[in-house]
Amino acid sequence: MVRSILLVGVGGQGTLLASKILTTGLMQAGYDVKMSEIHGMSQRGGSVSSQVRYGDKVESPVIEIGGADILVSFEKMEALRWLPYLNPKGKAVVNDFELPSAPILAGKSLYPKGVLDELRSKVAATVVDAAGIAKRLGNARSMNLVLFGALVAGMGLADIDWETVISENVKKETVEINLKAFREGMAQARG
Amino acid sequence: MKMLLTGNEAVARGAWEAGVRYASAYPGTPSTEILETIAEYKDDVLAEWAPNEKVAFEAAMGGAFAGARTLAAMKHVGVNVAADPLFTMAYIGTNGGMVLVTADEPGQHSSQNEQDNRQYARFAKVPLLEPSDSQESLDMMKVAYDVSEEFDTPVLVRMTTRVCHSKGIVEVGGRVEVPIRPFVKNVQKYMTVPSFAQKMRVKVEARMGRLLEYSDASPLNYIEWNDRAVGVVATGAAYRFAREVFGDRASYLKLGFTNPLPDERIREFCAGVEKIYVVEENDPIVEERVRMLGFACSGKDVFPPYGELTPDVLRKSLYGETLPHLDASAENVVARPPSLCAGCPHRGFFYELGKRKNVIVAGDIGCYTLGFSDPFNAMDYNVCMGASISSGHGFQQVLDMIPDDKRRVLSVMGDSTFFHTGFNSLLDVIYNGSRTVNVILDNRITGMTGHQQNPGTGFTLQGKPTKVVDIEALVRAIGIEHVVSIDPNDLTAVKNAFDWAFSLDEPSVIITRWPCVLKKFTEADKTEFPTIFKAQCRVIEETCIGCRMCLRTGCSSLVYDAATNKVRIDPAQCVGCGVCLQVCKPVAIVKEERRNG
Ligand SMILES: Cc1ncc(C[n+]2csc(CCOP(=O)(O)OP(=O)(O)O)c2C)c(N)n1
Ligand code: SF4
Repeated sequence: MVRSILLVGVGGQGTLLASKILTTGLMQAGYDVKMSEIHGMSQRGGSVSSQVRYGDKVESPVIEIGGADILVSFEKMEALRWLPYLNPKGKAVVNDFELPSAPILAGKSLYPKGVLDELRSKVAATVVDAAGIAKRLGNARSMNLVLFGALVAGMGLADIDWETVISENVKKETVEINLKAFREGMAQARG
Repeated sequence: MKMLLTGNEAVARGAWEAGVRYASAYPGTPSTEILETIAEYKDDVLAEWAPNEKVAFEAAMGGAFAGARTLAAMKHVGVNVAADPLFTMAYIGTNGGMVLVTADEPGQHSSQNEQDNRQYARFAKVPLLEPSDSQESLDMMKVAYDVSEEFDTPVLVRMTTRVCHSKGIVEVGGRVEVPIRPFVKNVQKYMTVPSFAQKMRVKVEARMGRLLEYSDASPLNYIEWNDRAVGVVATGAAYRFAREVFGDRASYLKLGFTNPLPDERIREFCAGVEKIYVVEENDPIVEERVRMLGFACSGKDVFPPYGELTPDVLRKSLYGETLPHLDASAENVVARPPSLCAGCPHRGFFYELGKRKNVIVAGDIGCYTLGFSDPFNAMDYNVCMGASISSGHGFQQVLDMIPDDKRRVLSVMGDSTFFHTGFNSLLDVIYNGSRTVNVILDNRITGMTGHQQNPGTGFTLQGKPTKVVDIEALVRAIGIEHVVSIDPNDLTAVKNAFDWAFSLDEPSVIITRWPCVLKKFTEADKTEFPTIFKAQCRVIEETCIGCRMCLRTGCSSLVYDAATNKVRIDPAQCVGCGVCLQVCKPVAIVKEERRNG
């Protein structure tokens, strides 16, 4: 069987590091893995996605509409933008974190108020205050590892030795904080 | 050894394993990382950024004539620029193996058009390979070099965005050292004067005949027999997508060597199945061949001729619907369009340009293309790299034929675009004399494609210091008499430059000079721009009257709070360019020394 993980967010939020750790761990665990990213323009701030698929044999690197088993959104509103790609029976892990887009910054639109309510009403959603947790741990940038922890728990992938993979893929000085962030994230998703 | 590689990394690895010694490219999504990865094999391969794709192809061609295995890589539209040498090299053939990698963009994720460069293989009469994933990207490069040398021809490898930018597990190998073949003078082979070229023309057809046999025998074109009620003929990424949708229920003819197409294999497969689907992205090239061989099939009558044929698109085309899914309500999802970075040096320029009336702005391709959008609305059209200055010239010539038409044309492009083909365009302006205002936005790097070095930056791809081409000296040397260099963050300087340029009845050049905020600053940058990144702006809350003038600069570090009717500046984003400060009438924005790093 092939399973599909969709990571979405805003350019610069660290989805790339999370997908790198994820694909590395899955490969070491013996799965066939494919990953697809669309990255073109270098300006900061656009909507970004990493699509990861794993199983015995993976053909398409792309997740189709309705095909993701889990949607992990590093930014609140992005979760809704990518919602059509989630299997209605799948799970959503959502960072309770807002990054206003250009029309909002310019005062032309307001940041929508009903994002979490709509998500909760439509899918099984776990809302994580990853930014708050990361800040409390002392490094705002470890937010992505909190979400990664929640993803691992949500997908039932806790058997893989993620701590080693993480240690090998983050800066030496940040290993401890990132591991703590990862464990907190797992705990959050387990509820 | 197994590695997780993108298609681009795998192509680079394959080229290295095949013994490539020299590679040249011009950046362009989704091809850019091919050369960037090859550049990491410093000890074995000399990798160079060329100023444009024609030059990249020609440099690789020269290296192949000299006897080494060489590579050129570019995005699909880059092959248009490189087409001239490609067509005639196909006549000459080669000495060392040469491969041209084209990275096509079904879906136009970051491109101005969606051309199917497989057509170039047919058109130029060169062999074509189409990998469908990372492993094939590596493997096919080795085949491509063997074919190039065996058949004495350049070879085209067509990647697409999903092959380039998807990762998969790849079995990698070691490098074979392929000696540089001696170049033996042979004017009948290498000189394309008509009397020789006519003979080459005949040789090309004979070569295509031999390649047809090769294609039929190639293991890159293979059949997978399953249930024979449905047979799928597929190429490239579309094969993977089709497998996802049809699974093991259908039989497949997977085509990897696709010019010339393997007629015998196609006949064998099509005769063995009942209903035939041809699944290929963009043009119906395989489909037309299948029909020509006498088989009825479904292709573009079912699947769209544009965009990617991802599993959902195939499913929708075949069955009328995608997998079950949820939709979000529109009011909870606000658009997130790309915008210039906080501190982007293009911002001040476009802010001032947007205020001008009676100006036609000829645009070009780069980050600065965003000058067309809100809040600047300061661009009227753009076409392809280098076209702003030349088309602006033609536009002005025609405007000047219209009695009493006072409109002026301002053409704008970036530094990398200027070196690409913009310089040729400026020759037209000076030679044929139009009164256009020509702007070169020199942010000291090739920004849009991810910060590649170019002839103006002082470094080569492999990090070696090199000569810096001086744009101002260059434009003066061709005869432009009115040239000014300005700091685009200084709005008064920008405004004065416009006033000055539009007052002239002759061509002028304005060069803006300030580095891209995402650039890794060199020592030369730090000397030339000593204040860079040393400041930060802050809004004095009591003084801010909520007029929102500053938001018209379109900077993402300015956040308007409707509840307090005040603007605040996000210190994590602001780099203190000071553009907003200059438009704030009540002087509510101050510039201070940067506190953290
Ligand atoms: C023929 C062709 N080659 C390459 C590209 C890809 N491309 C788009 S913008 C760009 C670079 C623009 O750099 P520059 O002119 O310096 O402007 P900046 O993005 O830095 O503002 C490139 C290489 C293209 N669109 N067309
Ligand atoms: S990457 Fe550089 S040139 Fe492009 S928008 Fe950002 S600052 Fe401007």
